[in-house]
Amino acid sequence: MIIFIVSLLVILMLIAAISACVFKDLLGAVIASCMVSLIAAVLFFMLQAPDVAMAEAAIGAALSTAVFVIAIIRTKRHEE
Amino acid sequence: MRIIVSILLLVVIILGITLALIAIPFGESIGQIGEHYIENGIKETGAANVVTSVVLEYRGFDTLGEVTILFIAAVGLGAVMATSKKSKDGRKNITPASLVVYTGCRFLFPLIILFGFYVFVHGHLSPGGGFQGGAVIASAFVLIYMACRGKRLSMVPARVMESVGGLVFIIVGLIGLGIGGQFLSNHLPLGVPNTLLSAGIIPIIYIAIGFKVGSELTGVIDNLIEESE
Repeated sequence: MIIFIVSLLVILMLIAAISACVFKDLLGAVIASCMVSLIAAVLFFMLQAPDVAMAEAAIGAALSTAVFVIAIIRTKRHEE
Repeated sequence: MRIIVSILLLVVIILGITLALIAIPFGESIGQIGEHYIENGIKETGAANVVTSVVLEYRGFDTLGEVTILFIAAVGLGAVMATSKKSKDGRKNITPASLVVYTGCRFLFPLIILFGFYVFVHGHLSPGGGFQGGAVIASAFVLIYMACRGKRLSMVPARVMESVGGLVFIIVGLIGLGIGGQFLSNHLPLGVPNTLLSAGIIPIIYIAIGFKVGSELTGVIDNLIEESE
């Protein structure tokens, strides 16, 4: 059961990572990379590392996403 | 030809990484020194959270380095962004976001701040610590900037807290050097494990780091947003 959940999460994470690379809409790419961080946080938690999971969720998912979104506001939303 | 070569290279790399990762058991410890920390961590440092005892006690000097890296990054960003600051064209026009976002942020802000404080005050007892709590607090301030576009918070208290936090860390370390003979040696009584007032200097340092990281990351976000308008 646990291996099934972990495999599902890893596959979702891979999909999110690949879509972060291929999306032309940069806002979508940022949200996809935020999803990578969130799933990584869940995986860290399942590996019994709640400290790292907390840091990953707060910094990777919240703060770095905010920084990227601010950068998009300043530049362009769509990649050419 | 180049495509074929790069595909071949990719396949080789993927195979290598997969073979290397298959050998590592998922979620099981393979190290030796971890056993010592797990067995003697509570006895030697008084901190119930083993990760905290490693981060601040066995590897406290590394943590000072991490804090310094974050500080230098924040100072560098501030220096780059300071060039075109302080336009101050008339009254700042604060436009709240939609009602749902505004109300949600107003409701969540104190709860997130409280959780951040909880995380770093209880860093030696429960998962988390100064860095995590500080990041949680900074994300609460991101919510404010999200809910009220154009709102500026005064960054003077944040800068004071940042400096005081760093100073407390170094002064506690130097006192440890004077009393115990090592930088950051634990010179306060260890107390009873699993209580709030235990583990000697660890709670003091983690509270200092929490304030420092929280105000630093808030300052980073503030710098960027100020620039973007």
